[in-house]
Amino acid sequence: MSHATTDTMARHWELEPHHHPDGASTSLGFWVYLMSDCLMFAVLFAVYGVLGTSFAAGPGPKDLFDLELVAVNTAMLLLSSITFGFAMLAMGKGDQRGTLRWLAVTLFFGLCFLAIELYEFHHLIHIGAGPQRSGFLSAFFTLVGTHGLHVTFGSIWLVTLMVQITRTGLIPANQRRMVCLSMFWHFLDVIWIGVFTFVYLLGMI
Amino acid sequence: MATFSNETTFLLGRLNWDAIPKEPIVWATFVVVALGGIAGLAALTKYRLWGWLWREWFTSVDHKKIGIMYIVLALIMFVRGFADAIMMRLQQVWAFGGSEGYLNAHHYDQIFTAHGVIMIFFVAMPFITGLMNYVVPLQIGARDVSFPFLNNFSFWMTVGGAVITMASLFLGEFAQTGWLAFPPLSGIGYSPWVGVDYYIWGLQVAGVGTTLSGINLLVTILKMRAPGMTMMRMPVFTWTSFCANILIVASFPVLTMTLILLTLDRYVGTNFFTNDLGGNPMMYINLIWIWGHPEVYILILPLFGVFSEVTSTFSGKRLFGYSSMVYATVCITVLSYLVWLHHFFTMGSGASVNSFFGITTMIISIPTGAKLFNWLFTMYRGRIRYELPMMWTVAFMLTFVIGGMTGVLLAVPPADFVLHNSLFLIAHFHNVIIGGVLFGLFAAINFWWPKAFGFKLDVFWGKVSFWFWVVGFWAAFMPLYILGLMGVTRRLRVFDDPDLRIWFAIAAFGAVLIACGIAAMFVQFGVSILRRDRPEYRDVSGDPWDGRTLEWATSSPPPAYNFAFNPISHGLDSWWEMKQQGATRPTGGYMPIHMPKNTGTGVILAALATVCGMALVWYVWWLAAASFLGIVAVSIAHTFNYNRDYYIPVSEIEATEDARTRQLAQGV
Repeated sequence: MSHATTDTMARHWELEPHHHPDGASTSLGFWVYLMSDCLMFAVLFAVYGVLGTSFAAGPGPKDLFDLELVAVNTAMLLLSSITFGFAMLAMGKGDQRGTLRWLAVTLFFGLCFLAIELYEFHHLIHIGAGPQRSGFLSAFFTLVGTHGLHVTFGSIWLVTLMVQITRTGLIPANQRRMVCLSMFWHFLDVIWIGVFTFVYLLGMI
Repeated sequence: MATFSNETTFLLGRLNWDAIPKEPIVWATFVVVALGGIAGLAALTKYRLWGWLWREWFTSVDHKKIGIMYIVLALIMFVRGFADAIMMRLQQVWAFGGSEGYLNAHHYDQIFTAHGVIMIFFVAMPFITGLMNYVVPLQIGARDVSFPFLNNFSFWMTVGGAVITMASLFLGEFAQTGWLAFPPLSGIGYSPWVGVDYYIWGLQVAGVGTTLSGINLLVTILKMRAPGMTMMRMPVFTWTSFCANILIVASFPVLTMTLILLTLDRYVGTNFFTNDLGGNPMMYINLIWIWGHPEVYILILPLFGVFSEVTSTFSGKRLFGYSSMVYATVCITVLSYLVWLHHFFTMGSGASVNSFFGITTMIISIPTGAKLFNWLFTMYRGRIRYELPMMWTVAFMLTFVIGGMTGVLLAVPPADFVLHNSLFLIAHFHNVIIGGVLFGLFAAINFWWPKAFGFKLDVFWGKVSFWFWVVGFWAAFMPLYILGLMGVTRRLRVFDDPDLRIWFAIAAFGAVLIACGIAAMFVQFGVSILRRDRPEYRDVSGDPWDGRTLEWATSSPPPAYNFAFNPISHGLDSWWEMKQQGATRPTGGYMPIHMPKNTGTGVILAALATVCGMALVWYVWWLAAASFLGIVAVSIAHTFNYNRDYYIPVSEIEATEDARTRQLAQGV
């Protein structure tokens, strides 16, 4: 083989071995997934915007919302985001026990959030303000409930990941999963800030 | 109207003997399908193909095999969708002069709904998804997509949706609402039985697959391009696929959520789209078209890419105006989100809103027109070879322009008030979908078939199919423009005015011609498969058309790993440049190649999702809950498997590549 052909070959084909990191596309893929999920919430916010005043002669936000309870709830979720951040920091230091501990704290706050939300839903349904009562309540329950479902699945994922970290340690695959779950968790936090502002705070004005 | 009851039992929900359809037509269809199915299963068992199918195809994470399976699904569903079409044509030419035709209202309404749903969601979508799956990784010089398991799972979810939709034919009923299931007609009050629920769960299960495959291909194009292939060096088909996948990711969640809200209205009794208690049916129509309009560009954009590749390949020239083609595609992508209201100007949102959406709609014709001129200028002074893909491309240009112009006409709100809901609209969108999407898919099949299977398609039967299709299309749909201008609305079952009948007769004749075209296409496949070893069919070079992009740089069919060495791109039309510079392919120094392992998890998950969908349709709550928990459990179990990849050893690569070297030597 002449020198010139080898040169053309090397110009057009990658002849040297090169490193292809595992899961290099995972975080971008997860970002794109989150954006598609964000659009689902966008639809729910838009629907709430359209139906938010369709009370059908039923109760409105001022009759129903208990801002103090929602403030506690919001605090739970915000705290869970901070503690997830601490879990990520512990993971960065390679501290497996610390990571698991902070994940457990995150799970605790997440479950508190869900418990308070369930209490709120139960209370509303109990006083006759269920999702069937009016367009406004349909939109409210679906928006808040979809967020709650996300937190539920995030919690299941969190438990799964804790088991996996316990079994296999902070291997790169698990670290990638931690990054994805933390994005998911913070994303839910951002959505909740939207819910808190547009549904609860604006509703009380 | 079928009798039905919504009384439920614990074990079977609302499933009982009433679910068996009473119409003899359905019975006959069932017998044919059952016999065909039994024959197929028996053949698979006799020739011991089950293991092969499972190992080599169903569990495969190879983007090429998944792409082919998508297209097989699309072709099967296409036969069903076309059967619906020809039944409607027959009914409409029959039901004159007091005759009721041969289809009762309940059956006829299901047919037009199923036709639309199947053709869009289970023919056009799997077809283009399959095409993108097959071609895009090869064009960007990659070995697979970013998430191969997800790709397999997405495919099987699409199959699951198709299974649910097809099951409605023999068990219960399908929706009688039209393909977008507008409320309040699709609400529980007016559609109390299972039809709309079949519609909802069929689309939801398939929709998960579509969204995930959109994410997958989007990330693949962003992250897996060959070294040197910058965005502005990507082949045009990859560019248009990229934009189509952006549209998928940015619009399918809207469909999913809209259908969830409709589901809640039907199952839980919420008031999103109801007439009373604060619901707003027009909100559904807005939301569904916010998905629906981008959807039509999801369908057409990849085919614009196909036409670009075909035109430049068969004109022997670089594509004219590559950058303007890319910018036009991006413009269309953005604009497709700003036009949804033109589907319902008659909603009455006022002159200002209607004008805005009318103008944005008309603006879309500018980038689209630019594309047409680019294709024409590519052909100008080219050495054009009228092979089958090029014939389909020319037919597309002539046909699509008419469809585009009637589209601009419909974009004028006052004109739309007259033509809304008429057969003129039906003629318009079939004009662009058949003339654009289908002709493009046929061009693509003829273009890439040799790449996928290693032999070319038969030209004679291809031309028979082409002429029957093109003539049949014009005969079937031009009468609908005329009928629409005369004021005939869509979805009618019987007619009073005998003067209209001749136009329906011509349209029915056109549909028969199209049927011949479809039959000729299947004959073309069969004949080509039988003659595949003849030298004039065989493609030993891997580059039968003197192609320009990287998929032609590897063998036909490509090995599992696509490229033994990653190609390096130095400009547009990388393979063309390699050929110009006489770059020979390396024949030694192979390295082991890292590849994903096959897995059956995708099949299992999608099967559970299908069961869950069917259980929800029939209110079998225990089964729905059990299968849903099954999905969660299997998904979690799957994440405990960290061992998902393997290395193809050098010896195997050597054997494959040496075989190719020998083949190439024979070919020359």
